Amino acid sequence: MKIKRSMVLVSSDPHSLDKGAEAVYQRFSEELKAFDLSDEISLSKISDMERSDVAPFVIVYPEATVYGPVTPDDVHFLVEEHLFKGRIATRLQAPTKELTGKIAWLSARSGTLPAEQRIVLERAGVIDPDSIEDYIVHDGYQALGKVLTGMSPTDVIELLKQSGLKGRGGAGFPTGSKWQFVAGTKSEKKYVICNADESEPGTFKDRLILEGDPHSIIEAMTIAAYAVGADEGYLYIRGEYALAQARLLKAILQAKQMGFLGENIFNSGFNFELHVHGGAGAYVCGEETALIESIEGKRGEPRPRPPYPTTNGLWDKPTLVNNVETLANVPPIIRNGAAWFKSFGTPTSPGTKVYTIMGNVNLTGLIEVPMGITLREVITIYARGMKDGKQLKLAQTGGSSGSIIPARLQDTPMDYDSYAKAGVSMGSGALLICNEDTCVVDLAKVLLNFFRFESCGKCNPCRIGNQRAFQILTNISEGLGSMNDIDALQDISKWLFEMSNCGLGQTAGSPIKDILNHFREEVEAHIQQKECPAGVCAMSGKSTQTV
Amino acid sequence: MSKLNGNGRDVNKIVNAAVTEYHSKPEELIPILLKVNQELGFIPAEALELISERIHIPESRVYSVASFYRMLSTKPTGRHVIKFCESAPCHVAGGREVWNALLKELMIQPGETSPDGKWTLKTTSCLGVCAVGPVMMVDDDIYGNLTPGQIPDILEKYE
Repeated sequence: MKIKRSMVLVSSDPHSLDKGAEAVYQRFSEELKAFDLSDEISLSKISDMERSDVAPFVIVYPEATVYGPVTPDDVHFLVEEHLFKGRIATRLQAPTKELTGKIAWLSARSGTLPAEQRIVLERAGVIDPDSIEDYIVHDGYQALGKVLTGMSPTDVIELLKQSGLKGRGGAGFPTGSKWQFVAGTKSEKKYVICNADESEPGTFKDRLILEGDPHSIIEAMTIAAYAVGADEGYLYIRGEYALAQARLLKAILQAKQMGFLGENIFNSGFNFELHVHGGAGAYVCGEETALIESIEGKRGEPRPRPPYPTTNGLWDKPTLVNNVETLANVPPIIRNGAAWFKSFGTPTSPGTKVYTIMGNVNLTGLIEVPMGITLREVITIYARGMKDGKQLKLAQTGGSSGSIIPARLQDTPMDYDSYAKAGVSMGSGALLICNEDTCVVDLAKVLLNFFRFESCGKCNPCRIGNQRAFQILTNISEGLGSMNDIDALQDISKWLFEMSNCGLGQTAGSPIKDILNHFREEVEAHIQQKECPAGVCAMSGKSTQTV
Repeated sequence: MSKLNGNGRDVNKIVNAAVTEYHSKPEELIPILLKVNQELGFIPAEALELISERIHIPESRVYSVASFYRMLSTKPTGRHVIKFCESAPCHVAGGREVWNALLKELMIQPGETSPDGKWTLKTTSCLGVCAVGPVMMVDDDIYGNLTPGQIPDILEKYE
């Protein structure tokens, strides 16, 4: 398949069809041919855009321009202006609507880059990360000033709750409620921790924020400390992120010199001291209690919960632990208000999400878009389609601990509720896009190898379960599996979920569960026909096996 | 009397410097171990013992921490350490073929050091540069968008 430079979508919901959408579509097809553009521009129909007010409408990507209502007679002009001459036909543009999480309503970015909505990555790549002055010019430390001069801790927490912000580390817990738990625990000493131990395979969003906009995290943590009543904080940055560590150390020094950190910040009487703590290479330290153990100088082994860190965290004191991306949302919410934040995304998952796109697509990288766009939109618009014209088979979301999502779910809006309803998880925002050449047994084997390697070994279900599941999958991939193995895998997956001490073990079984739910025939083909349908597994044991 | 390890470095001096930098605090055990590991390439048994004495925590705990984290090593490593990412994004992007090329070129298995002491080969989980997978690190250098054909050229750069 040739890469198309533009994409035209014509609405085809019942309401649009009623108003003549089919004739508009037909006319587009003719006009594209007349202008000899059929090879460069794809034409398709969409039906779920909820814009009956401007039906029938047309969306042109990558600019994400919306035209509507469009009549067949407008089509010649549109093709000539927008697609042939490259000018937006403003006369026919649809009036903008409040954002619903659909990218089509976002303003285009410069050049030919598809529209994004940048909140947490607004400054990354725009400012000099080593310059506090740059940060201040771009609204930096305004939110902190607003909080310390005119808001009570309760006001801050209330605002955050109203905004509907949910934790972006993977679990999606409401951030305002978490802050309230810590604020509500009485203690002389409390801590705030930023979890920057980003180790979920395929996730590098936090690195971009830390490296590109270090002060935003310092500002957010200082606000968090004020809101929950803490005076000391730790930034736990994974050991491999040497540049991020260096940038944050420098930023902390600058913030101290300017009086945004340290004693009596903004003459408010509020003190906050912030340390950087580097990790030493352990995926499990992304689990908040393991992270706390690691800061205390111990092995990163998760603690049994409850008690939760909100009451018994670092040095047994109440501790707030938030992910980098979650924190980066805080200053913009303080500056612009809860209503502003809720204008992005979906009603139950407001705001944006940073996704890291990898795998068999034309363009890999990182985007920030409103919650609620679909996987299909990510692949066609941002990733510029599948590589070499191959078909999407599955997407692995959220790193190892997320879900394996079959192609048929690619139109499910990516927000916490819709994904939960579909029985899948969004996790950290990693999107590993896999084509038909991917073997699910091989993929699950790689994922289980990861968990086997990264299990801290403290609890038996995780230490033994992952090892055993990996062995079984290896056998299947070598053509040595039996149908009993499927039952065994199902049991292990269930035990991992039910009996493991922490999130690592609890999610380690999901790849197994997912491949058996969505791709059972393919797994069975490995066992019964001794064939790998994707042609990936070596099936090397096939010839030596005695039946 | 100070002890010397295989590299001829003064373990006592290095441990003292690391412990002093972190004010002999037991909770700073991990940064101390990282520092020693960085200086010596690994953490020899005598360093574990010295750290235990200096920051007053049992040697068993020092060892338990030193053996837990991926960036710390209690065994000597080669002059250059290769860390190959074996997470799913790199695997899907062609990591397997590159890995096989690496094994063929080095003729050692993961976790091993070559007989001439030049290479140690390790697998690692995600290095956070997945958009350019497959990825590996040689010492502090990151190599992305790897193909099997590039492996000999990359290895040749190291003495």
